[in-house]
Amino acid sequence: MARIIVVTSGKGGVGKTTTSASISTGLAKRGHKTVVIDFDVGLRNLDLIMNCERRVVYDFVNVIQGEASLNQALIKDKRVDTLFILPASQTREKEALTKEGVEKIINELSETFDYIVCDSPAGIEHGALMALYYADEAIVVTNPEVSSVRDSDRILGILQSKSRRAEMGQDPVKEHLLLTRYNPDRVERGEMLSVSDVEEILAIPLLGVIPESQVVLNASNQGLPVILEGQSDAGQAYEDAVARLLGEDREHRFMTGQKKSFFSRMFKGG
Amino acid sequence: MSDTATSGLKQSFQLKSASVSLTALELYYFDDEEFETNLRDKISQAPGFFKDIPLIISLEKYQGLDSELDFFKIIGSCRRHGIHVVGVRAANDDQRRLARGAALALLPGGSLRDPTATPAPSANDTAPEPPAIAPAEPAMVTSEPAPAKIISQTVRSGQQVYAPEGDLIILAPVQAGAEVLAAGNIHVYGPLRGRALAGIHGAEGSRVFCQSLEAELVSIAGHYKISEDLQENSWKSAVQIQLRDDLLVVTPLDKA
Repeated sequence: MARIIVVTSGKGGVGKTTTSASISTGLAKRGHKTVVIDFDVGLRNLDLIMNCERRVVYDFVNVIQGEASLNQALIKDKRVDTLFILPASQTREKEALTKEGVEKIINELSETFDYIVCDSPAGIEHGALMALYYADEAIVVTNPEVSSVRDSDRILGILQSKSRRAEMGQDPVKEHLLLTRYNPDRVERGEMLSVSDVEEILAIPLLGVIPESQVVLNASNQGLPVILEGQSDAGQAYEDAVARLLGEDREHRFMTGQKKSFFSRMFKGG
Repeated sequence: MSDTATSGLKQSFQLKSASVSLTALELYYFDDEEFETNLRDKISQAPGFFKDIPLIISLEKYQGLDSELDFFKIIGSCRRHGIHVVGVRAANDDQRRLARGAALALLPGGSLRDPTATPAPSANDTAPEPPAIAPAEPAMVTSEPAPAKIISQTVRSGQQVYAPEGDLIILAPVQAGAEVLAAGNIHVYGPLRGRALAGIHGAEGSRVFCQSLEAELVSIAGHYKISEDLQENSWKSAVQIQLRDDLLVVTPLDKA
């Protein structure tokens, strides 16, 4: 049985697709057979970040509607051989995703994969609900600012009431907070919420903090999951997050500014 | 009490006595536009609560002319806001006649303060005398206080928790964008960041208690304060909020 992980946020532009690409690549690099599904029907991006947009023939909706088999639609990653991508359709409507259709595909993938990563679209509409419905775990991607935190809170409420686990009365979806675009210097100047502010408001365990970095943007533009930029802060932060997702205990890094790290460490949480 | 089949024949239904709690609209006078405006204001305080609720019109304190009473307009206004008028508690024969004309059920008079004493409306009632309408054992539930509703999970943005009869106790944060409502008191053993509406059926003695006041809105029996006005004192500390002379008063819990 595969573990189903949804990457979601409510708010758009916070880094869901970047996170989906890096987390799925990280899981696959550790030898777990992983598939990442793009649920953003009509606005597909994942294939660009994974640099496989020229290899898309069939997509998620084709498979749901029986126009192609799963094997025809799955794209094998060129860098990590245990990683597969199921791209979204660019031309269809989100309503093409039906609960039954999604369930059938997830069940079929569950037989052969260890991890299924669902890249959710923004918002709380049908596409986002379909992406989170079957989840066992959720990575809630949040930027350190008030509106993003509010939207994450909303999505946490939906996970607790509208997911399959909630409807069936099973154990709740396991929630993880991933704080992205974190800039310790701006936090010190009071321009951003701090890690402890966000943790206090959302009250869910912290999976990782990804520092704001030019490397993330460059990597997306080159079609490279940033986790493969092993020298960069952001790449290492994602590597840590994957390790924690798999149960390893790792200390949080990149939460303080470069120069004043001693002082800010002293006053952390104060 | 149920009407059991004595003949042994199979019946398609059974009549049972039911006791439900209803919201009553106490009408003082009726003006079409004013009614609509006031209704809209009330509903905007708790949109979720008023959705699809049954409502009775109580005329015991009606002071306007009976000729001004237009039940069709009242029903129309309410329906536009998703509220269903099911019956009328009339004070005189003219009002009963008007209510019957609008196909509304007639309910016996009673104290509005005690919602449990309101019998369920019955569709085939035409006789106005109370005993004929409510032959069931009158108040089996009056002495028993309504149980409190206890919530131990965070109430997240967009979620609504509603205790229609008694108190509401929340052992977790109420987040910004969440709404908690109760007929009685509301206790929040965590920060109150969303909206809290206590005494929604009009119980003016209801209070709101919280560990940290960060609310968007607090209302007691329809009297409310918004975040801006609440920030003046005891913001982000443990307080109780009560109604005194139609004003919301915030008191720190350690000084209570």
